Amino acid sequence: MRHPFLHWLLRLPRHTAFLALTGGAILLALPVVAMLGGQAWVRILDLAILYVFLALGLNIVVGFAGLLDLGYIAFYAVGAYTWALLASPHFGLHLPFWVILPIGALLACLFGVLLGAPTLRLRGDYLAIVTLGFGEIIRIFLNNLNAPVNITNGPQGITLIDPVAFGAFKLSGRTELFGYTLVGPQKYYYLLLALCVLVVLINYRLQHSRIGRAWQAIREDEVAAKAVGINTRNMKLLAFAMGASFGGIAGGVYAAMQGFVSPESFSLMESIMILAMVVLGGMGHIPGVILGAVLLSILPEALRFGVVPAQQALFGKVLVDPESLRMLVFGLALVLVMRFRPQGLWPSRERKRELLAGEEGKA
Amino acid sequence: MSELLLEARGVCKHFGGVKALTDVSLTIGRGEIYGLIGPNGAGKTTFFNCLTGLYVPDGGGFTFDGQPLQADAPQKAAVRGIARTFQNIRLFGQMTALENVMVGRHVRTRTGVLGAILRNRATREEEAAIRRRAEELLHYVGIADRAGDLARNLSYGDQRRLEIARALATEPKLLCLDEPAAGMNGAETEELKVLIQGIRKDGTTVLLIEHDVKLVMGLCDRLAVLDYGQKICEDVPAVVQKDKRVIEAYLGEVPENA
Ligand SMILES: Nc1ncnc2c1ncn2[C@@H]1O[C@H](COP(=O)(O)OP(=O)(O)O)[C@@H](O)[C@H]1O
Ligand SMILES: [Mg+2]
Repeated sequence: MRHPFLHWLLRLPRHTAFLALTGGAILLALPVVAMLGGQAWVRILDLAILYVFLALGLNIVVGFAGLLDLGYIAFYAVGAYTWALLASPHFGLHLPFWVILPIGALLACLFGVLLGAPTLRLRGDYLAIVTLGFGEIIRIFLNNLNAPVNITNGPQGITLIDPVAFGAFKLSGRTELFGYTLVGPQKYYYLLLALCVLVVLINYRLQHSRIGRAWQAIREDEVAAKAVGINTRNMKLLAFAMGASFGGIAGGVYAAMQGFVSPESFSLMESIMILAMVVLGGMGHIPGVILGAVLLSILPEALRFGVVPAQQALFGKVLVDPESLRMLVFGLALVLVMRFRPQGLWPSRERKRELLAGEEGKA
Repeated sequence: MSELLLEARGVCKHFGGVKALTDVSLTIGRGEIYGLIGPNGAGKTTFFNCLTGLYVPDGGGFTFDGQPLQADAPQKAAVRGIARTFQNIRLFGQMTALENVMVGRHVRTRTGVLGAILRNRATREEEAAIRRRAEELLHYVGIADRAGDLARNLSYGDQRRLEIARALATEPKLLCLDEPAAGMNGAETEELKVLIQGIRKDGTTVLLIEHDVKLVMGLCDRLAVLDYGQKICEDVPAVVQKDKRVIEAYLGEVPENA
């Protein structure tokens, strides 16, 4: 009896198997290579992969079901604060991850349904506005729930959050492994990578299932979808709930990884950023969304590393600070992509065809 | 008339001052091809929309297959066994023809989130069955060779056929077709007629809205004629054709293809 994975690998066409193996090897080696440039680079990798996870979660809502959600970061916040409150000195609770992560996912899911239920009739711009408001409400709550009873510790946020730990094995700090010293961010990388592989698989399977087809049908024509018997209300709630759960899980891992959360990490800008990753890469197309998330999370950081030394070399001082340059480049990238590649950087075949056909129609 | 399948009792629907339907009652027997005709704006599509739950009637109601029809959500009508096509075709444009029909199987299949994620044996078998049935139906309506094409790229006639295949995928007891021959040429209309007769022969009752009087007369067992939202006549084609009120209603506008 061969192992199913091996079986799968052997059945693939040779070049696909080769790609899968090299891709896997590169992904596994990446944190070791990045470490040569310092721990900061490994952290950037961690964030990139966390954003891939988040973007794929949002992709279920926006890409599959076609519901424009501008408040996605709220679910991330719910997950992060769930972890922070249940595993920190703030309440003196230190629950293990296998208790907190499901609670965080469940709570986020609940909030997803809470947001979804009253907005079911809304579409497009209107839905975007309501979800945007929802995201801000959550952030403002987190900011102000420190009086009369101190729950969230207000704008100061919560510190000294427990790391992810499997028994005595903590993901923070250093570990010796076969003579190689693994630092915390490297260990988190592997956890996040595993989670990401899982969410890619889930995305892919959902898309090519009865559920995924129902979502796409709703996206294309809601009236026709109802007429063939799809319960559009339940299907939309399901999309909201699933997207939100993934947001909650990502939030939990983020809180544990950073060891600190505060409301300002969950601003509207973050929601927009994640949405931009989904749209820029190619809405509903899984490889496209991954590409979008990687690009939009790594480029700004690379910019930060490159810009200061470059300016010092050229002008002898720093003229434009990296943060404002980041926004400038981000805005420019969005405008350029929307102008020249409205289907996204790596769209699915159908969407490409649709936009091309649209162009011909205009001509 | 055979055993009763659908009974409409005093259905009313108003839009502000427009009385789109006033007190429309009719009965359709199992296995019939039943025609609903009338000039433009007579209320035929509105009747469909009330029947399939898209509109909530202002008065009256339906009994379908022996039980009252809760007309508050379109998906319930589909579950009960009422499928429809639309006068202005509503396909899932960016899905392939095959996928469109596969969506039609949604209401008769059960795979949930967990099943979809785990993709266990039950899911795989159901998925294969969905695909097989969808392919059969594409073949049945005569567009098997277009299975992989996006619905929006099909010809007009093929889109009409695809809509019928998608509706049939829900295993309806009653298939409602809203002007299926609109925009078709003579040969296509003739093929459509054969298709509709086949559907009835295979056990599905058909409710047909049509503008093309010739098609309706040759195809339907019985007809109802609507004019300004009121049923002015209901009988077999030979009788309806001679009805004075029907002739008046149709002389109000230039008869098509006449
Ligand atoms: N959603 C609606 N809002 C307002 N008026 C409507 C609506 N739907 C139909 N009507 C009106 O009801 C009448 C009947 O329309 P319809 O049922 O589409 O006619 P038919 O299908 O027989 O051509 C028309 O006068 C039409 O303008
Ligand atoms: Mg009509």
